[in-house]
Amino acid sequence: MAKIVTSRKACTVNPLKMSQPIGAVLAFLGLDHCMPALHGSQGCTAFGLVLFVRHFRENIPLQTTAMNEATTILGGMDNIEEAILNIWTRAKPEIICIASTGLTETKGDDVDGYIKLIRKKHPELVDLAIIYVSTPDYKDAFQDGWARAVTKLVEELVIPPFEKGGVGVISAGISQINILAGSHLTPGDIEEIRETVQAFGLDPIILPDLSGSLDGHIPEEFMPTTMGGTTLADIRRMGASGFTLAIGEHMRAATEAMHAKCGTHYEVLDRITGLEASDRFIALLAELSGNPVPNKYRRQRSQLVDAMLDGHFFFGGKKIAIGAEPDLLWAIGNLLAEMGCEITAAVTTTQSPLLEKIPTAEVLIGDLEDLEQKAQNCDLLITHSHGRQMAERLDIPFLRMGLPLFDRLGAAHRLSVGYRGTRDLIFEIGNMFMANAHEASPSTWIPSQEECNADTSATAH
Amino acid sequence: MLQSKIQDVFNEPACGKNQGKSEKERKKGCTKQLVPGAAAGGCAFDGAKIALQPITDVAHLVHGPIACEGNSWDNRGAKSSGSRLYRTGFTTDISELDVIYGGEKRLYKAIREVIEKYDPPAVFVYQTCVTALIGDDIEAVCKAASVKFGKPVIPIDAPGFVGNKNLGNKLAGEALLDYVIGTQEPEYTTPYDINIIGEYNLSGELWQVKPLFDKLGIRILSCISGDAQYKEVAWSHRARATMMVCSKAMINITRKLEERYGIPYFEGSFYGISDMSDSLRQTSKLLVERGAPAELLERTELLIRDEEAKAWQQLEPYKARLAGKKVLLITGGVKSWSVVSALQEVGMEIVGTSVKKSTVEDKERIKELMGQDAHMLDDMSPRDMYKMLKDARAEIMLSGGRSQFIALKAKMPWLDINQERHHAYAGYDGMVALVREIDKALYSPMWEQVRRPAPWES
Repeated sequence: MAKIVTSRKACTVNPLKMSQPIGAVLAFLGLDHCMPALHGSQGCTAFGLVLFVRHFRENIPLQTTAMNEATTILGGMDNIEEAILNIWTRAKPEIICIASTGLTETKGDDVDGYIKLIRKKHPELVDLAIIYVSTPDYKDAFQDGWARAVTKLVEELVIPPFEKGGVGVISAGISQINILAGSHLTPGDIEEIRETVQAFGLDPIILPDLSGSLDGHIPEEFMPTTMGGTTLADIRRMGASGFTLAIGEHMRAATEAMHAKCGTHYEVLDRITGLEASDRFIALLAELSGNPVPNKYRRQRSQLVDAMLDGHFFFGGKKIAIGAEPDLLWAIGNLLAEMGCEITAAVTTTQSPLLEKIPTAEVLIGDLEDLEQKAQNCDLLITHSHGRQMAERLDIPFLRMGLPLFDRLGAAHRLSVGYRGTRDLIFEIGNMFMANAHEASPSTWIPSQEECNADTSATAH
Repeated sequence: MLQSKIQDVFNEPACGKNQGKSEKERKKGCTKQLVPGAAAGGCAFDGAKIALQPITDVAHLVHGPIACEGNSWDNRGAKSSGSRLYRTGFTTDISELDVIYGGEKRLYKAIREVIEKYDPPAVFVYQTCVTALIGDDIEAVCKAASVKFGKPVIPIDAPGFVGNKNLGNKLAGEALLDYVIGTQEPEYTTPYDINIIGEYNLSGELWQVKPLFDKLGIRILSCISGDAQYKEVAWSHRARATMMVCSKAMINITRKLEERYGIPYFEGSFYGISDMSDSLRQTSKLLVERGAPAELLERTELLIRDEEAKAWQQLEPYKARLAGKKVLLITGGVKSWSVVSALQEVGMEIVGTSVKKSTVEDKERIKELMGQDAHMLDDMSPRDMYKMLKDARAEIMLSGGRSQFIALKAKMPWLDINQERHHAYAGYDGMVALVREIDKALYSPMWEQVRRPAPWES
């Protein structure tokens, strides 16, 4: 049972956290033919854009309502109207997704109301889907913005079976299932999940699907919107699925929204990294599909078991410092604890029901300065690329995980889910421990001066 | 207060474009109105941060919600020869309660924490949209904190929603003029002391040109703001001459240094061989006019002759390989003309250059360089750029990071020439490096393979 502590500092130093609106934007980037926009000043968009460009090394479609001082005070209705019309004529998206920012939330713009008025005024937009989600910067964090965006997409777009356009009665043996993917999953992870689900003869609709849009493929033509990702038609069809599988605790609200709207049965898997966690995932797919586990996954499971056997020597007793959003912290923290490591320092960005269950003494909602202090005697640091300066100062191995990863290639294809992903992650981390192991020397067993002093003072008393 | 500052920077007498306007136009400002749904680029806060963050020993504290600092910190390539403090992200990360009750108390406490923990020579406090909207008076907080802690705590009042990056650069300049410049004195002065303004030491470019000035015995007294220490900015009013590097971004500092302290300036560039030489020449000329011994001119010419010869010798092998190669240049301001001349020096053909962010003078310069029918692109859409590359009407694109994929996805070479770039391109060595990088990009053996369709597709 971990104690959850919130930092009481007035000044955040070296932020771990990123803001809600861009979390929502990343979820929207997993939709096909989509143009996300931030309702705020143009800097909000520019910062988010640069961040994602550096992480994914991909073109990032992202627009702004370009609010200024005067339009903020008068209200952003005109800017939203103009933004929608401009995006619609220039980029021709199927869906425009708008997230609010601290600026427009402070003013209190009623964007849902504006969109209704804009729709009335512009009947030509009838086929264009417009989604709005409220994500003030001064509350919560990146993964909360992602979760709110996905919930909103479910609430607004999914067609319940018995409504107009719905499928009616869903047969018991239907193979179509929904996967609601959390923000801690990379395009590579999502690809792995899709392949696994399909291997059981199931037909997944994944929302959001970054593996379609930000996996680094080369399109035939230039597109100003997203290219690939969950299609609008597929989101609408999700109401006809037999089951919803959510990956990541922060996907629970969206899953429940799906259940409330369409009655879809569901399960939230808190993680699918680690042997036991992957077993739950695979067993669930076998149960849902009624099919036996394919040989491929039996083999992979066996390989993972072997990796754990080979690797555990290097993990036992190692002290780990992790700075990550709650769901990533949960997944990686548990894996390392299961391998025998000690989670010495855990810093995260926002509240989550997972935090108190993390196998560590204390979870701090704080920043990288806090993590650096707690990580002094650790054997490994795990956080996003902003940990690079700290790792240098601490002089300990540094595993980059999370977002942003701007100083390494291949962020989109890092894999840490399922048997195969866990196996490779164990190898990667184990290799870091091996590379950093100190070889014995004649002085290894001679106590240092400090230890000697400590001994004498201990005897003296 | 902020509005009058903005009017003041809009009313820039040293800007030719501005002087050509009517009173009413001038009030509207020199930045184009942003179009919702079709805008790109950073805000005023971003601009202020870009301009000042290279001051290395200052704590840069952002007063606002997490977005402003959390989404952007440590993402710029300004290098430091000393303190690393400028790369530490400080923010008040205000909460909903702060929005309701005001964030001034949190800001004050944050300043105290920063000073107690990091003891910087000064703290710069950046205003942002939300805290401006709720009426936090950062000027008053900074004043109180300065008195209490006995250290300069300087308000940088450039919230994002007042305008674009360029305006933010200028407001940052105003803050330096109001609170920093003229507050300290250098240990000694020489007749060879200069300011370099608008150079941010990206990828270490200041260090690429500094040896040239060193050879001439010219001392860079202050650089605003690349690899600068706070005290160096504070004593910049003692320089004998100023070189203004980044076009109009910080013209207000340059002009007011002349007005207040009689320091003459010229506008120059470190990009390209002839521009570099001109810059050295003009620096020496201004210094001699202000009383430095005239022999400096002669020494400057000798240095230029040697350095140019060396550079040309190094460029020679590339000329044949690059002659006639068609370049699409997507950048803004000073880079649009300074890079044009640089590329022309090795015989490359500029098939288009963007002038979106350029001033009238920038455009005039391009015309001088490329002729009256210069392909100046005011607002080229990404789709058009893509097409131009795909059709091989351009063979390489030089631009900033966010447009790189337009070229790469068309399977065409691209080179980063903006602030996140990893290579230094200033001075004679930099020009050689730029040409080397272009050559590497154009002639990578990879192109042949990636452009070939899969065997089952042909």
